[in-house]
Amino acid sequence: MSELYANEPMMDMYIFETTQNIEQLETCILDTEKAGYYSQNVVNEIFRIMHTIKGSSAMMLFNNISMLAHTVEDLFYFLREHKPEQIDYSTLSDLVLEVVDFIKGELDKITQGDKVNRDSTILSSKIKDYLEELKQQNAITELIEKPVIEKQSHYYIAQDKTENKINLHMYKAIIFFDDGCEMENIRAYTITHHLRDMADEIYYLPQDIIENDESIHLIREEGFQLYVKINKTYNEMFEFLKQTIFLKDLELIELDNDEEFKQFYKPIKKIILDTPPVMIPKINNQNYQEGKEQTITSSNQSIISVNVAKLDKLMDLVGEMVIAEAMVTQNPDLKGLTIVNFHKAARQLHKITTELQDMVMAIRMVPLSTTFHKMHRIVRDMSKKLGKEVKLELIGEETEVDKNIIEHISDPLMHLVRNAIDHGLEATKDRVTLEKPKIGKVTLEARNAGSDVLILVKDDGKGLNKQKILDRARENDLLIKTENEMTDKEIYNLILLPGFSTKEAVSEYSGRGVGMDVVTNNIEAVGGSVSIDSEEGIGTTITLKIPLTLAIIDGMNISVGKSRYTIPTTTIKESFRPKENDLIKDPDGNEMIMVRGQCFPILRLHELYKVKTEVTDFTQGILIMVEQDEKTLCIFADMLLGQQQVVVKTLPSYIKSTRKIQGLAGCTLLGDGNISLILDIGGLVNLNG
Amino acid sequence: MAESVMQELYEQEEDTQKGRFLTFALGSESYGIEIKHVTEIIGIQPITEVPELPEYIKGIINLRGKIIPVMDVRLRFKKPFREYNDRTCVIVIDIKEVSIGLIIDSVSEVLSIPETEIVVPPEVGKGNNKYIKGIGKTGNDVKLLLDCEKLLTEDEVDSLNNIQ
Repeated sequence: MSELYANEPMMDMYIFETTQNIEQLETCILDTEKAGYYSQNVVNEIFRIMHTIKGSSAMMLFNNISMLAHTVEDLFYFLREHKPEQIDYSTLSDLVLEVVDFIKGELDKITQGDKVNRDSTILSSKIKDYLEELKQQNAITELIEKPVIEKQSHYYIAQDKTENKINLHMYKAIIFFDDGCEMENIRAYTITHHLRDMADEIYYLPQDIIENDESIHLIREEGFQLYVKINKTYNEMFEFLKQTIFLKDLELIELDNDEEFKQFYKPIKKIILDTPPVMIPKINNQNYQEGKEQTITSSNQSIISVNVAKLDKLMDLVGEMVIAEAMVTQNPDLKGLTIVNFHKAARQLHKITTELQDMVMAIRMVPLSTTFHKMHRIVRDMSKKLGKEVKLELIGEETEVDKNIIEHISDPLMHLVRNAIDHGLEATKDRVTLEKPKIGKVTLEARNAGSDVLILVKDDGKGLNKQKILDRARENDLLIKTENEMTDKEIYNLILLPGFSTKEAVSEYSGRGVGMDVVTNNIEAVGGSVSIDSEEGIGTTITLKIPLTLAIIDGMNISVGKSRYTIPTTTIKESFRPKENDLIKDPDGNEMIMVRGQCFPILRLHELYKVKTEVTDFTQGILIMVEQDEKTLCIFADMLLGQQQVVVKTLPSYIKSTRKIQGLAGCTLLGDGNISLILDIGGLVNLNG
Repeated sequence: MAESVMQELYEQEEDTQKGRFLTFALGSESYGIEIKHVTEIIGIQPITEVPELPEYIKGIINLRGKIIPVMDVRLRFKKPFREYNDRTCVIVIDIKEVSIGLIIDSVSEVLSIPETEIVVPPEVGKGNNKYIKGIGKTGNDVKLLLDCEKLLTEDEVDSLNNIQ
């Protein structure tokens, strides 16, 4: 196993590729399930993925994964070759998804450096049974005679086999490995694996090298016998085999006739006879696959995974560089000098640094689509188990959220979707009696709202029962106010409290009594909030408000005295310089302005935050009209500085713990290194009444 | 003396940071803080004011992309405010994952004060010696050793009263 950990980069590569493959596989399955039919392309695709996983797992010595992948490969080989007509697609999907879960679990272990040891044989035999069943159902009698193992008896026929038969040389090789190198069977397998693409036909003894550990002893004693038909000269072949690790002894003989091949021929001939027409499409398929494989590997290479901490560091460094740039180009020593070329170069530098900054900010943002798509799987599994027909609708999956936040919301979302299906949606037959569409609908929606990202989990189920909630809350002493005083929203929000769960029976998916407070905790951990809306009989909507922590927002920078503030552009309706006669002052001293026949309150930022400024007259400064929560307010500032994308940072925790400042959502760094405070418009409009 | 050198060597072996203090001047007094809390010392930076905070928290600064609050220790100890000059320094300290900058008049040096030379502060009624963990003796001088944690956490009630 030492080899295993010495190969760190290879391991990373393996984990990365396999994870991608598995994800691709999952999407494949879920997509086809919706279509209710496995197209030829999909079967090919799955076959290819499994083949890749099998190969790379064997290479990394994860035998359980490789074996499992092998059985699935067999299954799909059958599907591809025989195109059986009666397939129980849903069982098939279940099986493959089970495999997906198994491999995912093992990959997790590998990532954490644990030993990979779960036994895959039960699952494998399940798949084998299914394959048998399939074969019987589809009455391909000749093939049943041939046990599954035999198909594994390793005749690999490469794609370009047809034309160049003439140039084929036949070799017999006997390979001995170093004493004590261990796992001779895997090493032997690796050789065949490498040869497979080049060789026309490969046979070897012992045949069951991977499946049977006994083969190790055989290889040790008698050597690994390899029979190859290949389009290579003796020398090429010899060189190739000589590269084998731990090679002790190699004997390579060129054979004049295929006498010795005969012993392997029986099963193959049979197959060729059995299914002569299939062979041609098979070659096409493989060529097609080959092409596809290439495009996929190239796309794999264009993505790398990077540690987020490194990105944070990079972002800080770029920020630092921007400041350094300003220090150079605006250096006081340069004053009064005529240096045209310097300014030209400086402008170029500025352009590049700005671009760099934008890029670094964009790198951290990840669309929600991956997280959303994970829900397909949950919906599928649950609708099967609970016998409810559910359709999942995704809206706004392209909304980008900071990577850190995505990690935090994935679990709560899963919980909410489960809740929606388990508790929210009625059983299918109830829906029919209620004259609702038979298929329940769960909607996941994401959108940017002002300075937040809103994620909505909607279902069109039975909604929340206020009375039940109140009863339960009373039982658990969770009521703070008297019942008549509570608004609907307050009642619904009761279910977010710890120790509240309305589901009487505990089901497999939800209702273990932990309930919604876990969701609340998780969301609050990233500084977000949860709110619930419901209408009985129509459905429930749970809204997650994810804060702008580290989210990038478009902001308008304004200045008041020496201070800078940033207003999220999305909240701004307009900005204008008021005329004297539009201003109104009521007897309480509240200032207002009349715009196009409507009256809006004015907030003097310099008064609110007690900032010294010379601009106190409305006609000298500027008014910015902002709107949030359907309330409008005019903010009075000295002047607009310009619009910019800013990365939101939270105020230092020390300041937050000292005092909660109203109307501030965070702060951000401006291009020149100055700090600007981000205004929380929602807070400001409510502050004003 | 020889004994204290031995002690020092011993402690250095144990932990190079233990018993070492960064000393700085605040008016006529000399203060010391444990070096293990100190992240770095920087010159005075442009400070962004944050509204509605107690007077002694001057605002926030941008330390290479990291935003940290700064506290004027003079004001914190209810001493008169003094204009910042080029000797004014910000000592960035890190306590329980919280970074904060302390604005002080000037930094002096790093001293090793063995535990034997540190005494508990005398009980003098009220006064602000609740931030003082001990008094270190070095030669003829005394250094007031700050309790950084108290500097940040204590007095919350007080600070709220200040602004209202």
